[in-house]
Amino acid sequence: MISRRSFCKKSLLIAGGLAIPLSCLELFDPKRLLAEKDEKGARWVFLVDTRKCVGCGFCVKGCKVENEVPYDANVTRTWVERYVVTKDGKTHIDSPKGARDGFPNKGIDIGHGKLEEIKDEDIEKAFFVPKLCNQCDNPPCVQVCPVGATYQTADGVVLVDRKWCIGCGYCIMGCPYGVRFFHPVFHVAEKCNFCYHRITKGMQTACVDSCAFGARRVGNLRDPEDPVTKVIMTERVNVLKEEYGTKPQVFYLGLSKEVK
Amino acid sequence: MKSHVWRPLVVVLAVIALVLVAREVLVPADFGIGARGYMYGWHRAGNEQQWKDVKVKYKTAAFCKDCHPDKYDEMKESPHRNINCENCHGPALNHPDDPKSLTIDRSRELCARCHTRLPYPNSGRGVMKGIDPKTHNVGLDCVTCHWPHDPRKEGHKR
Repeated sequence: MISRRSFCKKSLLIAGGLAIPLSCLELFDPKRLLAEKDEKGARWVFLVDTRKCVGCGFCVKGCKVENEVPYDANVTRTWVERYVVTKDGKTHIDSPKGARDGFPNKGIDIGHGKLEEIKDEDIEKAFFVPKLCNQCDNPPCVQVCPVGATYQTADGVVLVDRKWCIGCGYCIMGCPYGVRFFHPVFHVAEKCNFCYHRITKGMQTACVDSCAFGARRVGNLRDPEDPVTKVIMTERVNVLKEEYGTKPQVFYLGLSKEVK
Repeated sequence: MKSHVWRPLVVVLAVIALVLVAREVLVPADFGIGARGYMYGWHRAGNEQQWKDVKVKYKTAAFCKDCHPDKYDEMKESPHRNINCENCHGPALNHPDDPKSLTIDRSRELCARCHTRLPYPNSGRGVMKGIDPKTHNVGLDCVTCHWPHDPRKEGHKR
């Protein structure tokens, strides 16, 4: 039979023993977390005008070279999709090699090197839509990363820590926009990061610089004088897959219902 | 510490201590909470600087302007005014220190990116001046007849 004195002693010992490792395991301080949240600085956003895009693919080429994404591998940080809606109500979509070489062909790439020819008079509407990482305000790729290799900076850009990524692929599965892929050389998750090394130096992204038609623009949402911010605030902009609640920060002008 | 109850507890405490020591060694000092909180900002803070330090390859036309003002001005007056030098000449990289680093693309395919005629009335492509590359002077580079800096002028003489 255990005595009351010994029961109390042992209970205190166990409680005390458990408390020591718990205090050692403190990983973060919520107060520090709050203090570090400030609303100053930039919030980088992107504006795509689909009415201006001609599908030349210079943005894709520029991005691949600037960000060292292997040129001939079928992966790219940004790409351009072609939508051709015919009078019979069908939508034909292609993006051969992410439009790295543009669209120098009328035929729609249906895979295996085959092209589907569409007669000029059958076309109801046709346009190009550039796509890139949406740098979501609620990025699912960051939430699912088990090691903290994908994270969001204070200025809203989602970055991938190549040294820290274990290549599990959760982020690739988690992204509803399919903008992520494995880098064939570094073997880690890769994605557009708004050319973080350029925008933080006051430059434009490589795709914005290579676009001759003004279809792509990058801006700071926290600066009310920014021309991009003015457009987003005053014009009828749209985002992709709003229903997912990811709050994408790539805004589109002239988006059509066929675009997914 | 002879009791069969206490012995496993010692093992458990040793494992916890080992994990904490390993964590101290393996996790970098700057790994922690970023501005976006635990859910979005849990990362190695030094990586932000590593991304900022990535070398810029495309230097933009403003960089070319200092040494090639004549070419720059000619371009600015031409219908090609919005095309950056590096779209055709390749990224400046270490140019001018390493002149060979420029890769000039004079191919038909480069021009065909915009000037293949596509009947798309709803995009800017539909109003661009276009040709059918399958029938338009096949085998010749566009720059033979059209001067790329100002396509209204005559191209390279052979």
